[in-house]
Amino acid sequence: MAHTQSHKALIWKVFIILTIITLVEVILGIYKPEPLHLSKVLGTSPLNWIFLILTLVKAYYIAWFFMHLSGEKKWFRRSIVWTLVMFILYLSFYLIVEGGSIGRTFSGVFESLTTFN
Amino acid sequence: MEVTVPNQTTGTTWTGGGDKPFNASYGKMMMWFFLISDALTFAGFLGAYGLMRFKHLESWPIADEVFTHVPFTHQSLPMIYVAFMTFVLIFSSVTMVFAVDAGHQMKKKKVAFYMVLTIIGGIIFLGSQAWEWKNFIQGDKGAIVLNSGEIAQFVNKEGKQVSLASFASVAHNQRAQHTRSNGIWFKKEATVPSVTLQQVLDGFKNHPELSVRTQRIDKATKSKVILSRSDATKLLASSKQVVIGANLKVNEYGKTLFGDFFFFITGFHGFHVFSGILINIIILFNVLVGTYEKRGHYEMVEKSGLYWHFVDLVWIFVFTFFYLF
Repeated sequence: MAHTQSHKALIWKVFIILTIITLVEVILGIYKPEPLHLSKVLGTSPLNWIFLILTLVKAYYIAWFFMHLSGEKKWFRRSIVWTLVMFILYLSFYLIVEGGSIGRTFSGVFESLTTFN
Repeated sequence: MEVTVPNQTTGTTWTGGGDKPFNASYGKMMMWFFLISDALTFAGFLGAYGLMRFKHLESWPIADEVFTHVPFTHQSLPMIYVAFMTFVLIFSSVTMVFAVDAGHQMKKKKVAFYMVLTIIGGIIFLGSQAWEWKNFIQGDKGAIVLNSGEIAQFVNKEGKQVSLASFASVAHNQRAQHTRSNGIWFKKEATVPSVTLQQVLDGFKNHPELSVRTQRIDKATKSKVILSRSDATKLLASSKQVVIGANLKVNEYGKTLFGDFFFFITGFHGFHVFSGILINIIILFNVLVGTYEKRGHYEMVEKSGLYWHFVDLVWIFVFTFFYLF
């Protein structure tokens, strides 16, 4: 453990990547290009998909290089990542599908129940 | 009578793999498993936010119209401030990795230096969040709550939102805020808005160029529907109260749920940042008194670093779902 070599160059590289991705997100978030913002792909706008993918890329860089998952044993890493990916996909899939379903079912029928607050 | 109490561990575990299963110490492993459960908690919160948002897709507030404040300017600049906050947190993550890195090389002074930087970054982030909350709570332009619970915001000819104060008629019978100090009974009351409902409605009558937009979002343009003047007048007949700012029961931005989720999720994250700062301060203190120097390794810095990076990780998701989507 002790007296290992420094990883400064790698850390700066990851920092620059994270900064660039954040900048891209912010610029897209400010200007919201209409073709990306107003069209729809797989349930939401392409812009939202771009944001989601860029966020996952950032999460990858933070977990792999800042939290050092890249240096852990393969199955330790998998016990963390696979667990999270599986449960979060499962949870968010059902919650979001359910939310959309409730919204569609109630809109127009029981408008007062759902439309406002 | 002999009891078999081992007074010495064999240095192995039930896996037979030594006292470092997966080559990770128990402390580090348990920190990871705690982070998994914490990540699932946040996933539950953000998932609930997603559920409600998809349920109310046609009337959810637009983040760009809510979070527009930047210090030292009164312009409406969405994204800039929260981008700054994100950058601060990412940078404090970088200094934390430098502290861990210096720990691997047993450089005590460098570890302490980078931990101080990390703590400062955390405090800046927390302060920024407090400022963001202050703006959210104090509100900006104000709105009217209708009997249905819907929010009506006022817009000018260009479709830009205008503040209530800019057009409300001048008051003649403005009621003073009742405070504890000037009452016989120790009673509190909710803050009296700076303009009354009647003033706003009178002002609306006197300004024919104004109109109203409700929470409803036009799907094709993803912006709020602006009513015609006559529809607006009809709608305002059912006005209930003036709302400026936000609390858990009502807010000027639209859905109450939006405010509730904002307070709850960013509050829970902010609490994590706060405890992260406390943990880092404790670890910094241990670094300074030489605890880890004596121990021979700086693994505690690594563990608190894991927690700190996790806080950063959660923030980039909060940032995406609350501000970008």
